[in-house]
Amino acid sequence: MTLAVVKTQEAAAPLAAPEAKVIALPTSQKTSFAKMLPRYGRSLVSNVVPPLITAAILLLIWQIAFGRAGATLPSPVQVWKDASDLIVDPFFVTGPQDIGLGWRTLTSLQRVGIGFSLAAIVGVMVGALVGQSVWAMRGLDPIFQILRTVPPLAWLPISLAAFRDSSPSAIFVIFITSIWPILINTAVGVRNIPQDYRNVAQVLRLNTFEFFWKIMLPSAAPYIFTGLRIGIGLAWLAIVAAEMLTGGVGIGFFIWDAWNSSRLSDIVVALFYIGFVGFVLDRIVGAIGSLVTRGTAAA
Amino acid sequence: MTAYLKLDHISKSFRRGSTETEVLRDINLGIDKGEIVSIIGHSGCGKSTLLNLIAGLTPVTSGGVLLEDREVNAPGPERAVVFQNHSLLPWLTVYDNVALAVDKVFGDTKSRAERRSWIMHNLDLVQMTHARDKRPSEISGGMKQRVGIARALAIEPKILLLDEPFGALDALTRAHLQDSVMQIHASLKNTMIMITHDVDEAVLLSDRIVMMTNGPSATIGEVLDVRLSRPRKRLDLVADRAYIAARESVLKFLYERHRFVEAA
Repeated sequence: MTLAVVKTQEAAAPLAAPEAKVIALPTSQKTSFAKMLPRYGRSLVSNVVPPLITAAILLLIWQIAFGRAGATLPSPVQVWKDASDLIVDPFFVTGPQDIGLGWRTLTSLQRVGIGFSLAAIVGVMVGALVGQSVWAMRGLDPIFQILRTVPPLAWLPISLAAFRDSSPSAIFVIFITSIWPILINTAVGVRNIPQDYRNVAQVLRLNTFEFFWKIMLPSAAPYIFTGLRIGIGLAWLAIVAAEMLTGGVGIGFFIWDAWNSSRLSDIVVALFYIGFVGFVLDRIVGAIGSLVTRGTAAA
Repeated sequence: MTAYLKLDHISKSFRRGSTETEVLRDINLGIDKGEIVSIIGHSGCGKSTLLNLIAGLTPVTSGGVLLEDREVNAPGPERAVVFQNHSLLPWLTVYDNVALAVDKVFGDTKSRAERRSWIMHNLDLVQMTHARDKRPSEISGGMKQRVGIARALAIEPKILLLDEPFGALDALTRAHLQDSVMQIHASLKNTMIMITHDVDEAVLLSDRIVMMTNGPSATIGEVLDVRLSRPRKRLDLVADRAYIAARESVLKFLYERHRFVEAA
């Protein structure tokens, strides 16, 4: 503290002499930059070091538990020995079925992307309708409440029968899994639009389209993004399960394939991939949400 | 000559299940162009309901609202409302809040540049141009209400409806905004209906004060003409005979003849 005070006094002193102004500016910049660097470094250290320590401890426990001969699961050292190629290079291609986990994850992500986008569009539209119209709610809400409890994989056989192909079926499972939280949250958000905003719209005679874009979407945005965030999590849960059954290229099938050929180390690596990607997806939707809904909180 | 705005035998009942409560009964009032009329009464007497009826936000049970001899029964931009809690959209800046209204109402008749300067002109009327890029959460309550007034003025309404516009503000800010409203009225000569429960505010601003009886089935008890010349100066009025007399008769109405009945 005292140091800072002394420094500002030093910086202020040359200001009196006009020629010294030029010198005063870079020195003050230097000090602020030098002050900021350790502060950022400290926050980085305090955020990164604790999880690293916990991870190291967990790896150690894992190694101790499964390191002995005859253990049912591979130890971390064993995983590294067996599957270091999968960890080090996610994007290798050595044959039609021998590709890096990065490629498989991208295939799965593509399916999630299509299914989730469709779910977001349809979910927000239908949710807006259900939130806006009492009759739509009375008619549709009970049906939605029943359908949303159906587990994702229960939809798979019927979608396989309908689409007769694995990829659209997997996309449909994603769609039907992630649409419910989006739809229901949007409906709640629309129902909670303050009467004041509706009055403003009425006085200005906004039409349905203008009301949807200018009042409904921004006002319900926090709710919509809560739904989207839950939805993307569910979609990522469902894709792995769906791909295990439908086969193909995705990360889910990779796990099933590895299990069938007893490559347990590969499964462990794939699990880390799935967890990491799921985490990133959640953070991306969350970040977009906080960016878009900035200023939406009622003043 | 008939009045500019005519409230013709208006009644309003709210139905909740099988019980029906009559809030307003047989309201008759004519308002001339350029007039400022205050509606004053105890809370729960249906003042805000009456304003919503005029705005068209609530339908009348019987009777009708006539503006220039034509019945109005839906909300519209020719009857702009300044809401008690400002009702600015929190995700839009001050400028965009006014722009939403201006673009909707003048989108076909004014060019982009004309609309832009019109928005700035209206923000200037309420002295809010400095905060044009701020969001409602970043400005004070008085400033929000100023923007609310600018938004209402910007759509050039035939009638400006103010629903306890300064009720939520502190006394100093309120006085400031009352002066602004008088200035705006002096230059634009708009017709205004203002709901208030502040006797001084009613006397200071209005040409006529409509006093409501207590609900349920509230109606107009008395209409007082405020014969004070404009422009009115807050400080000069304090000792003005006519001002004191008007103030006294409103107070007498509210606290002697129609005292607020608790849990009526």
